[in-house]
Amino acid sequence: MTGVRSLGVVLALAIAPAALAQSSTADEIAKYRAALQDGNPAELWEIRGEGLWKAPRGPKQVSLERCDLGLGPGVVKGAYARLPRYFADADRVQDLESRLVWCMVTLQGFTPAEARKNPFGNGSAARSDLEALTAYVASEAKGVKMDVPLDHPRELAAYRVGEKLFYYRGGTHDFACATCHGEEGKRIRLQDLPDLATAEGARAAYTTWPAYRVSQGELRTFEWRLYDCFRQQRFPELVFGSDAAIALTVFLARNANGAPFSAPGIKR
Amino acid sequence: MGDPMKIRAAIVGDETEVKVLMSHEMETGQRKNAKGQVIPAWFIQNVTVVWKDKTVLSAQWGTAVSKNPFLSFRFKGGAKGDKVIVTWVDNRGDRRTDEALIA
Repeated sequence: MTGVRSLGVVLALAIAPAALAQSSTADEIAKYRAALQDGNPAELWEIRGEGLWKAPRGPKQVSLERCDLGLGPGVVKGAYARLPRYFADADRVQDLESRLVWCMVTLQGFTPAEARKNPFGNGSAARSDLEALTAYVASEAKGVKMDVPLDHPRELAAYRVGEKLFYYRGGTHDFACATCHGEEGKRIRLQDLPDLATAEGARAAYTTWPAYRVSQGELRTFEWRLYDCFRQQRFPELVFGSDAAIALTVFLARNANGAPFSAPGIKR
Repeated sequence: MGDPMKIRAAIVGDETEVKVLMSHEMETGQRKNAKGQVIPAWFIQNVTVVWKDKTVLSAQWGTAVSKNPFLSFRFKGGAKGDKVIVTWVDNRGDRRTDEALIA
């Protein structure tokens, strides 16, 4: 018995410094992000995205300046903070990326396959126009309060599906989004994970995407974040612009309502 | 020719602070692709910043500088509305020049 008890003491002692190291690591990562915030390379994507938005492109040689992101044709300012939402013309709930694809197809005459090309970029070999456009539109919503509507029955339905997906356990690892993101104080390696089931956690997470990932040298969108979470969970591939991807986005974006939008951010 | 740079220049006290964000792959020549072939080095070699026909910064860079580099420095002098011209040249001979007015 004595042996067991002393082992307990040793373990308790061993855990305390580890917990300390954990919190100071998070502080250091926060400092690192703050240092990088000035001169965030995401701005390079914003500039390119603005150029793409205003340039006449596609078979019809028109710009996206007539594209309705929910606030009327051509209104970019603040649009990202009110997405996803239901669009009557497409008869579908759309997030920004799927809306951009819709506009590129209907306004500019691209084929759906052309419009969806390279949703996630890979260096200069495969640059993503969608990531650049998303960065530009998101940057125009900086400081705007998140206000994702749930007025239309389809929006509400998407929210419910998103919620279900968030808690749905499956795959080879029997994981759900909630396995890592449904509790306070979870982490992967040294990265603290937000509890996305709470408004506080969803706000902190959702309002900082899209973001420049330093480790990848790429700007990543929220669709990429979901896509990669699915990969990490060993789920089937989350198809770009699919109803599932949009439903999850509605659930998380809606939970972030009320918080000022502050992306494009910068991440490790 | 690369993508445009983002340049900001502002008066701070009696100095001008210049901040430049450049778009470049900055390949080190140490990485390999999926087929195991070396990806050739490709990086910005020279950076010059000119203000009023005077070179206020001249730098030689190597492969240790990150992708999409950010450069920040200060020089004495400079007045509101002056032009600051930044040029980079990479090891392939590609170059890019952009300018900004001091705010």
